[in-house]
Amino acid sequence: MNEQEKIVSDNKDLVLKTEHLCIQFGGLRAVDDVNLEIREGELYGLIGPNGAGKTTVFNLLTGVYKPTSGKILLNGQDITGKAPAEINRLGIARTFQNIRLFNNLTVIENVMVGLSNQIPCNMLQSIFRLPRHKASEKEYYERALELLKVFQLDEYKDYLAANLPYGKQRKLEIARAMATNPTLLLLDEPAAGMNPNETQELMDDITFVRREFGMTILLIEHDMRLVGGICENLTVLNFGTELAKGDTATVLSNPTVVKAYLGD
Amino acid sequence: MNFIAAIINGLSSGGTYAIIALGYTMVYGIAKMLNFAHGDIIMMGGYAMYIALSLAGHPILALVAGIVFCVLLGVAIERYAYKPLRGAAPLAVLITAIGMSYLLQSLAQIIFGSAPKMLVKLQVPGFFMIGSLRVDYSTLITLIVTVVVMTALTVFIKKSKPGRAMVAVSEDRDAALLMGINTNAIIAITFAIGSALAAVAGYLMLMKAPSLSNTLGAMPGIKAFTAAVIGGIGSIPGAMVGGILLGVVESFSYSIPALAPFTEAVEFSILIVVLLVKPSGILGKMRREKV
Repeated sequence: MNEQEKIVSDNKDLVLKTEHLCIQFGGLRAVDDVNLEIREGELYGLIGPNGAGKTTVFNLLTGVYKPTSGKILLNGQDITGKAPAEINRLGIARTFQNIRLFNNLTVIENVMVGLSNQIPCNMLQSIFRLPRHKASEKEYYERALELLKVFQLDEYKDYLAANLPYGKQRKLEIARAMATNPTLLLLDEPAAGMNPNETQELMDDITFVRREFGMTILLIEHDMRLVGGICENLTVLNFGTELAKGDTATVLSNPTVVKAYLGD
Repeated sequence: MNFIAAIINGLSSGGTYAIIALGYTMVYGIAKMLNFAHGDIIMMGGYAMYIALSLAGHPILALVAGIVFCVLLGVAIERYAYKPLRGAAPLAVLITAIGMSYLLQSLAQIIFGSAPKMLVKLQVPGFFMIGSLRVDYSTLITLIVTVVVMTALTVFIKKSKPGRAMVAVSEDRDAALLMGINTNAIIAITFAIGSALAAVAGYLMLMKAPSLSNTLGAMPGIKAFTAAVIGGIGSIPGAMVGGILLGVVESFSYSIPALAPFTEAVEFSILIVVLLVKPSGILGKMRREKV
């Protein structure tokens, strides 16, 4: 058994594993020795006060930043330092804290962009509109529509993304991320700016995505009700380091966590 | 009758400006840079056509040669001059583009000399009359080509995967990247399309006035850039509107004897007026900075 195979077999049911993940910006260690272990089908929470480094962790996982040191393993494969588009192809998709849909595209076109990876089609076919182009466009459209139906967004399919109500935009962002066919879905503060009803709907949606797609999810969140309600395990970050981790109930009752959140 | 003639001529030269402006605006929208060497790609395409004409002698072959050469040149310039600067300060990229412009002009001068080449084989002589109005065939061809190019480009952007990806990249490059879009490939495709359009515009220009020198692309390039800004840089319909508008104004200005000597001043003052009234251009959108 060579080393690569050994790593794979040791982490068989781990969808994501980070080993001593660090990134340094000048003199600031924004993320310092973070070790995540997320199992298949798990809903894992990453919480912490503002500026704790949560979004930076997402940016590391998706390849936007290259770690200063440490390793990222996705399904046992080392993806450290790979380019974002490549990492997306290997199975990590994300949503954004401040929604970043393609506002000049329609709802269905947003999902079709997410599908780009999966249906072969080349430039020349598109320029000369060869029959293959038509077939692949049709396939895009149909698969996107199917996904919109799953998320009950199909009635809005021809709206410009910018014109959707806020809660639906969140939902569309999740649908677009799911279109890239991920094995791990990263949700960055999905409940930010939502009212209690929308938050409830979002929780239902997340539960639905897990059930329907068996999706493994890593979630950044501030809303404790949401975290306590749906996450199984948590890591709490503070100043870039792990303050606590473990199952949700234990972590949330940990005095140091309470202190980091609420102060003395 | 003068009025109609001015409009037809204006639409025709405006169409050429619009085709060039599309190259500026697409590259700006997607790569977020001003490619000031765009006009000189037209000129290089002209020389490719000149060589093809002397070897093969057929205008259509010359057009194909021009397009192929411009696409290769555009993609190579992007790959070797601009891509290494991705993420660098916009000013550095701008200066590089201006340097590239001079490099191409000087290169053409060294290789082909400063005496203009006459590409008479590209000319389309003849005209037809609508009533007492004389329309040159070359004007008609330019109008048709403009309509075809604009329609094809619009359909391509709206109805194809690379087109959608281009819109996505122009709107939010990082988000597109995280949706698995190879943004480098999309930027290369954008340069390829822009350069192909430049070759087409060069052909149309040489068809009307067959004199080719190393500064062929300089003035049309600046005018088309002006057109792109007037229409709203980054906006494809904006480049079309801006180009046509500039062409029509130019043509009217020429037809009024008192204004004719000041035509270029008139054209560029539209830019000032538009920027004063609507700084983002006619069809441009104000960009909100994202935090």
